[in-house]
Amino acid sequence: MSMSELDLAAAFGSCPLPHSQYDRILLGHGSGGTLSNDLIRRVFLPGFDDKTLNRLEDQATIQLKSAANPRLAFTTDSFVVRPLFFPGGDIGKLAVCGTVNDLAVGGARPLFLSAAFILEEGLPIEDLKRIVASMKAACDDAGVALVTGDTKVVDRGKGDQVFITTSGVGLVPAELSLSIANAEPGDKVLLSGTIGDHGIAIMSVREGIEFETVLESDCAPLSDLVQTMLHASPSIRCMRDPTRGGLASALNELAAASGVGVRIEERAIPLRPEVKAACEILGLDPLYVANEGKLISIVPQDAAEKVLSAMKDHPLGHNAAIIGEIVDQHVGMVVQKSLVGGERVVTMLAGEQLPRIC
Amino acid sequence: MKYLDEYRDGTAARKLADAIARMTTRPWCIMEVCGGQTHTIVKYGIDTLIPQGIELVHGPGCPVCVTSLEMIDRAHAIAARPEVIFTSFGDMLRVPGSRGDLLSLKSQGSDIRIVYSPLDAVNLAAANPNRKVVFFAVGFETTAPPNAMAVWLAHKRGLKNFSVLVSHVLVPPAMTAILDSPGNRVQGFLGPGHVCTVMGCEEYEPIARKYRVPIVISGFEPLDMLEGILMTVRQLEAGTGKVENQYSRAVRYDGNCDSRKLIEQVFEICDRKWRGIGSIPMSGYRLREEYRDHDAERLFNVEAIQTQESSECISGEILRGLKKPHDCPAFGKRCTPQSPLGATMVSSEGACAAYYAYGRHLEAAETVQIGGGK
Amino acid sequence: MCLGIPGKIVKTYEEHEVLMGKVDFGGVSKQVCLAHVPDAKPGEYVIVHVGFALSKIDEAEAQRVFEFLESMNQLDELSTPSS
Repeated sequence: MSMSELDLAAAFGSCPLPHSQYDRILLGHGSGGTLSNDLIRRVFLPGFDDKTLNRLEDQATIQLKSAANPRLAFTTDSFVVRPLFFPGGDIGKLAVCGTVNDLAVGGARPLFLSAAFILEEGLPIEDLKRIVASMKAACDDAGVALVTGDTKVVDRGKGDQVFITTSGVGLVPAELSLSIANAEPGDKVLLSGTIGDHGIAIMSVREGIEFETVLESDCAPLSDLVQTMLHASPSIRCMRDPTRGGLASALNELAAASGVGVRIEERAIPLRPEVKAACEILGLDPLYVANEGKLISIVPQDAAEKVLSAMKDHPLGHNAAIIGEIVDQHVGMVVQKSLVGGERVVTMLAGEQLPRIC
Repeated sequence: MKYLDEYRDGTAARKLADAIARMTTRPWCIMEVCGGQTHTIVKYGIDTLIPQGIELVHGPGCPVCVTSLEMIDRAHAIAARPEVIFTSFGDMLRVPGSRGDLLSLKSQGSDIRIVYSPLDAVNLAAANPNRKVVFFAVGFETTAPPNAMAVWLAHKRGLKNFSVLVSHVLVPPAMTAILDSPGNRVQGFLGPGHVCTVMGCEEYEPIARKYRVPIVISGFEPLDMLEGILMTVRQLEAGTGKVENQYSRAVRYDGNCDSRKLIEQVFEICDRKWRGIGSIPMSGYRLREEYRDHDAERLFNVEAIQTQESSECISGEILRGLKKPHDCPAFGKRCTPQSPLGATMVSSEGACAAYYAYGRHLEAAETVQIGGGK
Repeated sequence: MCLGIPGKIVKTYEEHEVLMGKVDFGGVSKQVCLAHVPDAKPGEYVIVHVGFALSKIDEAEAQRVFEFLESMNQLDELSTPSS
């Protein structure tokens, strides 16, 4: 017991220790005292079940045991998705997979994550437990350990229930050097599966745009798929996960970074019929809708079929396809050949894509 | 998706494009009226498939683009009030008024919500009796039946907290205004397919007769537009000016009588100001007296708000097909999709926005020569 | 004005004395107001705009453009010189 608690006990003659079985987050949970400790021991430690995390140091010190001269990959990302729970996932699963995937597409083997939570006063602890369980499952799936974390609590009304920031480290083998600046004319553009699933899943539960059919997010950790692909051909130039801004934005960034043009074919792009229908109804373009379990990969022409084949054999890549190629025309721009043969430029997303009526 | 996918068939599109090429002996200027048709042209590159001599000019058929600056400012004033839940179609939220768009107002804390249907707004009003729910009723005649139904239903259910901010516009007066413009180059029209499912084809007859222009009511899929262009070019080459219905799977000559009855019950025709064009007499709808209790302009006292357009913006001339986006000194520099100065850059179907997206690389696309008959 | 999508009526019902329907759009369903297509039945297709059915699709007319294309095919075959 701390000093202040002892004084209070003396003052009132009965045990005024804060009742530790709360079902909602209180401001006190973020203050670093017993309530914080209580939250960590009751929710985070059993949830993540990690030896290093259990030591509760200020940092996680990890012994690296790996091949000669690996490079350290390090990334961070924040997650503020609404609603917190959606078909196919939740903010926790997103927070793990998002950071794991950012590491994986650089060729890194993701190893360790940190998680910082900003919780709003009043958040039901059951919801937090659900999120933690989901993160643990995602970590196990991805083969990563969550080894360090932090919690802060803000006043009711000052935060939107939960914000999570995850950072991750991984190791990149010395011989790999993937970069979005590496694409060369003649290379093929490969896509690991259907686009638009995540964004449409989110939109489908938002107020005013509900569908009767359940559309699921594709949120998933891609590290294993990436390793499978690199094993099939280490000559892969680069990979990218098309999250916010969709496939269009990722391809535009690539075109700009490599100083090349990108040509894709609408007919080659995998799209689930339900996602297509939802996009039609809302007037959205699937090229701009977020994905959370997909990647694009630029592969030299002579290795493309081999990599594609390896992807298709993997559960997360069975809808993989070659969707286009890198060219030396229209440098920095992405051009799509439409279903009917005409062409259009696929620009970067300007602002948010809003459902249209005309 | 049935009745959609088969109208996107590449082989069929190529055949129609070839037929157009064989038939075309001179340059022609055709305007597609609807924003949705503009969207299809840009998305599928329809103009890269047809002969180079056929110029497709984008019309004012995007209600998002043509909603007057005043109306956006009135929407702002209403949405800023704490007791209001302001509901709107998604694409209206990015239209800039004098003080920014509704999206930025939302970020400042106003309760602004996107709805898919005006009927959703009615349900919102029923669920929130202590708040005032306002629906931004923009659109052409296509959206008039759903908007009329929303007002009628709210009235029937006694939902006094539901009101609409009406900014309906009508197609025929806009077409006439374009044809009357000095310097008009439009020789034929692809008529508004979904507007005509409601209104029918008859009101286009007098326009076709008076101005001797072909008006081919067309659908929105690539094959619809290509067939519509084919039918228009056939008329232009023959020198006729008739109304034809390409979109016959959805459009009946008489339109939808039930819809028109409800529209007439709830709305009446009035003058309307079109952004970029100015006021066109008898070109809009407003609520009839009996339904004025649901008229947000009156209820929130915003009728008096007047505003001035940016003087640099030439969208009026673009909407009438008189100028192209690159004729505008601000195009791509001070005026971009991220920071639009006017109507035609605001929405993704506006001509300037469309040109901004695809105008830069046209030299890479293949083009077909006129009169290339084989 | 414009975004109208074809969907198949799955079932009809009344809500607040207005005819409504569950409409399927290639795998995704939504509730749609059918008040102005009163004779439309389950199995039939309607054009839907902002949650409202504007008209029923005429199957025969829908085939028209394909019949026209077919006739163009036949013309092509006729005009191809035989060897």
